[in-house]
Amino acid sequence: MVNLTVDGKNISAPKGTMLLEAIRGAGISIPTLCAHEAVSRSGACRLCVVEIKKGNRTRIVTSCLYAAEDGLIVNTKSDRVLNVRRLVMELLLARCPESEVLQKMAKEMSVEAQPRFVADSDKGKCILCRSCVRVCEEVVGVSAIGLFSRGSDKTIGTPYNEKSDVCIGCGACVYVCPTGHIEMTSTGDKRKIWGRTFKMQTCDKCGKFFAPVDQLKFISKKTGVPMSELTVCTECR
Amino acid sequence: MKNNSDTQPQQLKDDLKLNYGPNKKFVAICAGTGCRAYGSLKVKEALEAELKKQNMNVDVIATGCLGFCEKGPMVVIHPDKYFYQSVKVTDVPEIVSKTVAKGEVISRLLYRHPDTKKTMFREEDMPFYKKQLRVVFGSNGMIDPTKIDDYLVINGYQALGKVLSEMTPEGVINEVKKAGLRGRGGGGFHTAVKWEGVRKAHGEPKYVIANGDEGDPGAYMDRSLMEGNPHSIIEGMIIGGYAVGANEGYIYVRNEYPLAVTHLNIAIAAAREAGLLGKNILGTDFSFDIHINKGAGAFVCGESSALFASIEGRAGEPRAKYVHAVEKGLWDKPTVLNNVETWANVPLIINKGADWYSSIGTEGSKGTKIFSLVGKIMNTGLIEVPMGTTLYEIIYDMGGGIPGGRKFKAVQTGGPSGGCIPESLLDIPVDFDKLYEVGSMMGSGGMIVMDDTSCMVDVARYFLAFLKEESCGKCVPCREGIRRMSDILEDICAGKGTEGDINLLETMSQAIADGSLCALGGSAPNPVLSTIKYFREEYEAHIKDHRCPAGVCKALITYSIDPEKCTGCGLCIKVCPTQATSGEKKKAHTIDKDKCTRCGACIESCKFEAINVK
Repeated sequence: MVNLTVDGKNISAPKGTMLLEAIRGAGISIPTLCAHEAVSRSGACRLCVVEIKKGNRTRIVTSCLYAAEDGLIVNTKSDRVLNVRRLVMELLLARCPESEVLQKMAKEMSVEAQPRFVADSDKGKCILCRSCVRVCEEVVGVSAIGLFSRGSDKTIGTPYNEKSDVCIGCGACVYVCPTGHIEMTSTGDKRKIWGRTFKMQTCDKCGKFFAPVDQLKFISKKTGVPMSELTVCTECR
Repeated sequence: MKNNSDTQPQQLKDDLKLNYGPNKKFVAICAGTGCRAYGSLKVKEALEAELKKQNMNVDVIATGCLGFCEKGPMVVIHPDKYFYQSVKVTDVPEIVSKTVAKGEVISRLLYRHPDTKKTMFREEDMPFYKKQLRVVFGSNGMIDPTKIDDYLVINGYQALGKVLSEMTPEGVINEVKKAGLRGRGGGGFHTAVKWEGVRKAHGEPKYVIANGDEGDPGAYMDRSLMEGNPHSIIEGMIIGGYAVGANEGYIYVRNEYPLAVTHLNIAIAAAREAGLLGKNILGTDFSFDIHINKGAGAFVCGESSALFASIEGRAGEPRAKYVHAVEKGLWDKPTVLNNVETWANVPLIINKGADWYSSIGTEGSKGTKIFSLVGKIMNTGLIEVPMGTTLYEIIYDMGGGIPGGRKFKAVQTGGPSGGCIPESLLDIPVDFDKLYEVGSMMGSGGMIVMDDTSCMVDVARYFLAFLKEESCGKCVPCREGIRRMSDILEDICAGKGTEGDINLLETMSQAIADGSLCALGGSAPNPVLSTIKYFREEYEAHIKDHRCPAGVCKALITYSIDPEKCTGCGLCIKVCPTQATSGEKKKAHTIDKDKCTRCGACIESCKFEAINVK
């Protein structure tokens, strides 16, 4: 266990715990958008910044990636911290003016849209947190989507924005997306995602469409379980 | 690890002495990238042909950059060391028949002091070189970078021989520590501390890397070192590898530096051939080899963790560095990453000793630093000066001041993430700490000089536009924040700035510096903050008075013709692309403000300085 001080409160956490969990464990809230439990952390959104003091040195770190240390003095609400969080929220509001998630979060943080920033109209609700890319690579294991270009031109998508041969239509990316940017529609025996239409499998027992055929084929290939044993939905299993 | 037999570099050198010597007659011609662009390779060919024609057995060596790029191509005739500048192919027959054959000087090819009009025979007489201390860069003029023998003659690989035969790894680290060497790439981190960290770190294998991803606009000192003296970098890296316990090294060099890549490849192959790289170096049980990794030109790949990602074959994006590279660097293994100039300093420290090295420089910054001096300066080029040299000495004594009788305004140091330093601070000694104190940084050593025709808001706008393009786009403050700051600066330059913009830029700067993932975002606001700090009135003039005092921002200036000065020659009418100028011959002309695009063609054409910009 390590012992540290957060906002004047002494807390302890198991060694190796990230500050984000240690602080939240102590009942102090920290905003985040890109730290999703299903994927590794990237430190992309910067909302979870805190100010740490170690010896005489004070600095701003992302709590999601900084491991709790003995004797660390953490301030989660210093002016510097709040200034970073405010700017990040203003920037994201200007990037994704349509996002209800961001609007709600900004309200909770008492941040309003910065009138000097002209709102974007071409970015959708994507904040480039890259959780979708990570889940596709790390959890699903197909890497159907990735990051393209650099700087403010950076986007997420399938290579060359063409229909991906490796996408299995599982929708994990939709599940981890914090702002609901990724569009997935399922109607009848069809599911549309990333520009491709997938045929859905019916459950042998209840008859409902429950998963894309390609996803079940992928699971069968990966696990060695025959296809015939996978055509039952989770509720009927 | 020890081998008590005589070190091989010494033997190699003794053999070579038969062929070389201080009195050897040869012609050195600068074949650095700058001089090549001036046509120095054609001059070299002409020299060789002419020497053959006149039956003279004299070597012509194409050296790396000699530094005085303003006056290329440069030719130096040894052993007299006569220094010829701006040499053309047509000058060659005379150079051969007079100077090479008879030792006669051709005065028209010598450097002429612009004020005293005195001609100067040798490098050491010229103001550009006089105050320099070229301990790292000076060897360039003596060697053909593609020949390992040339490097051996100037005591090349002696330091490696000494290290492997006489010193322990700890001893090497101690020597570098005593010398006080700090990283030349920008951060100024103590090199020995880094090395010690890697030596002690757990995890195998360990790596050493040379960072040659020089990407600052206007900076080319690392390029000239890699092109002009690749073995000095390689020797430094081998010594570093021995010190930290690494057997593998990488040189990360941008593909836009083809000559550097070629010369490094030749040098690595030659060093392997000579037993200086590879298995059992110089008969010891220490093995070390170097690979070249070509970068694709992303500025951010100069950042350590992005550089590692790039070598690993991933996109060049930084990652959080709460665990330092000395513990988890390339492929999560202990890694020493030093700038190429830092590596080139290492053999020097071993050869001449830490005491000698630390006698150069200031309290906190030891040794010399190479700077590229560009912009509105008489003597464009690369200079190497002791740390602590003042900006004034650099710009006026070596740089020769501002051309065209214009007034100095600011010097931008440290590349895009550095700051602009005004005239009132020209007396500061240049070292890591002092530049940081005044809101700029050493960076890798770029210096861009600006005169009163530069608009400081436009300068900040330019650098932010550069950084907007070069941000990797991973974290929000850098990707979105720089873009928004850049938009605001564009607005101010276009006359659309608003009252609160300066404050907003300052608040954003603080948040971006604090909140960004890596040093690119962390230092990106510097050009804005430093120009606001020292040239706030220019920002205010743009925002409040819709005026660009330097006459740069097109939306805020108007062109007019001074009827007193205009002779009615009609030249401006001829050159104007939009037919905005008009008037009768021999009568004062006028400019139609609505048609004028403020392109500046009329100003350039007018012989009477009759065009006013306000």
